[in-house]
Amino acid sequence: MDLARLQKLSETAWELPPQGTMRVPALFYGSRSLLEQMDDKVAEQVANVASLPGIVRAAYALPDAHWGYGFPIGGVAAFDPEQGGVISAGGVGFDISCGVRTLLTGLPRGSITGREEELAAALAREIPAGVGACGKIHLDDSQMDAMLRGGARWAVESGFGEPEDLDRIEERGCMNGADPAAVSREAKRRGRDEMGTLGSGNHYAEIQEVTELYQQEIARAYGLESGNLVISLHCGSRGLGHQIGTDFLREMAAAAEAFGLLQPERELASAPLSSELGQRYLRAMRAGINCALANRQILTDLIRKVFGRFFPDRHLALLYDVSHNTCKEEIHSVEAKPLRLFVHRKGATRALGPGHPDLPDDFAAWGQPILVGGSMGTCSYILAGAQESEARAFSSAVHGAGRRMSRNQAARTWEGKELLGELERRGILIRARSHRGVAEEAPGAYKDVSAVVEAAEGAGLAHRVARLEPLICVKG
Amino acid sequence: MATAEPPHAASRARWEHFAHIADVGIRGIGSSREEAFAQIAVALTAVITDPQRVTPQEPVPISCTAPSGESLLFDWLNAIIFEMATRRMLFSRFSVQLLDHRLEAEAWGEPLDPERHEPVVEAKGATYTELRLFRNPAGEWVAQCVVDV
Repeated sequence: MDLARLQKLSETAWELPPQGTMRVPALFYGSRSLLEQMDDKVAEQVANVASLPGIVRAAYALPDAHWGYGFPIGGVAAFDPEQGGVISAGGVGFDISCGVRTLLTGLPRGSITGREEELAAALAREIPAGVGACGKIHLDDSQMDAMLRGGARWAVESGFGEPEDLDRIEERGCMNGADPAAVSREAKRRGRDEMGTLGSGNHYAEIQEVTELYQQEIARAYGLESGNLVISLHCGSRGLGHQIGTDFLREMAAAAEAFGLLQPERELASAPLSSELGQRYLRAMRAGINCALANRQILTDLIRKVFGRFFPDRHLALLYDVSHNTCKEEIHSVEAKPLRLFVHRKGATRALGPGHPDLPDDFAAWGQPILVGGSMGTCSYILAGAQESEARAFSSAVHGAGRRMSRNQAARTWEGKELLGELERRGILIRARSHRGVAEEAPGAYKDVSAVVEAAEGAGLAHRVARLEPLICVKG
Repeated sequence: MATAEPPHAASRARWEHFAHIADVGIRGIGSSREEAFAQIAVALTAVITDPQRVTPQEPVPISCTAPSGESLLFDWLNAIIFEMATRRMLFSRFSVQLLDHRLEAEAWGEPLDPERHEPVVEAKGATYTELRLFRNPAGEWVAQCVVDV
């Protein structure tokens, strides 16, 4: 990205002042080198978002931002319904509420030494992953509606996991205001047999070792110890969420002219929050969030069962569950006044700072855990929401590394089988169904996640708490 | 419009992928809009697996209605994605008829076999990014779009 048009505010913050149709500035968080790696399309897309009606304070690109659909991935934007604010299906993305959840094992690295192959095989066998994989759960119409209303709470009530899990999930596991009637028959049809499945692409279930702690006190509060194992999942709302995205993208694009919201990119299509379409999308999208929360809850239950066979006395407690493709109604302080805003986070994680009322009691003093997934074979991070995060980007932080190379280029650059051998020599077991898929997800196809989280910390979005190194990865 | 045999692509009709940083661009080229629509559908399958591995065993009817050629293209690709996901099938040959604002088609394929097809990634949805239907300087029809994976 050409930085000549940007004003440098600090080592990790850059501003594009309002120009043309922009109503607010565009703010970019990241080091010079991360920003230089970004496509020029990112600047164009953030400027487009800054031009939407009702946008408050600024449109943001976080350090992992890359070229998305309408909104950049790694983007944040908040809209005021009282000022003609809008909601955008493209601003949430196709994989509604895609996110990461991390489970604590309390086990040291050595406890699986010599059993890695066996554990990898058991996880790969039990977790439905990849294209076309079905779970063991098949929902009828009334179960589907109950799931869309109840999210992870429905999953726990249906026997997947424990009530204590719900305290460690955003929205206590159930997004209010979801309406199954706003979700199309096609979306429900796509989701019917996919509960408890991982999906494909960059989704995974991974056993990781905590290799470095940056904030001892916060790590202790989160239950993280150096040398211990954790398990992280990355997945979302599956075909149901994708279909909601497709349905409303189409409807919003078609209605753009009627709303007087014609945009330079059709994917910026949005609807006023006050409109029937905007409200219907909100209710459908919230149902999509519940689908993702229920899906991760069911997968958690599967993983606990596998682990229970290896370590019968060990209970895997949930550290936290974060979503990174959402639009949420939140109260934020703007010019010292509390405002009710609709915050779009596309490829961005909510990052509540210490003292926020929505935090579980035991995290209140430390801020929200932010789970940042790496790519296959690279490290992941756990961060904590910073006090300044609200002022910086409406309490938001990064979600991952972000691609730096297209899938086609990656498939031409690497050979899947060789890559698997190389990772195995480094002590990382990958279980994947397709060699080409492995090549497309090669670690080198992604930006350096360590640079991304350092920049997030430098920008005051979050504090680094722990680094996690992969040991066993079941790829979607 | 059921046919007994799967359709065979015209000789100059072809498909290709183009780069997008996070996802995949797909393109179909042919002497008519119908051929371009059929070829871009093969390009969509090629995101998931080698289309040559997919036997065109049985036809699935697909129809959509939309106000413009590009909207029809968007709906066509999403309809194939829906059929792939819900029938757990892959398709490798397509016959397409375009009548004003309506598309009538058959997608020929077979049930997904993870061992044989080794599917790489699932397509989540067609997007409006780079969505275009146009004639290139050689006079051929080109249909293209970026697919979210």
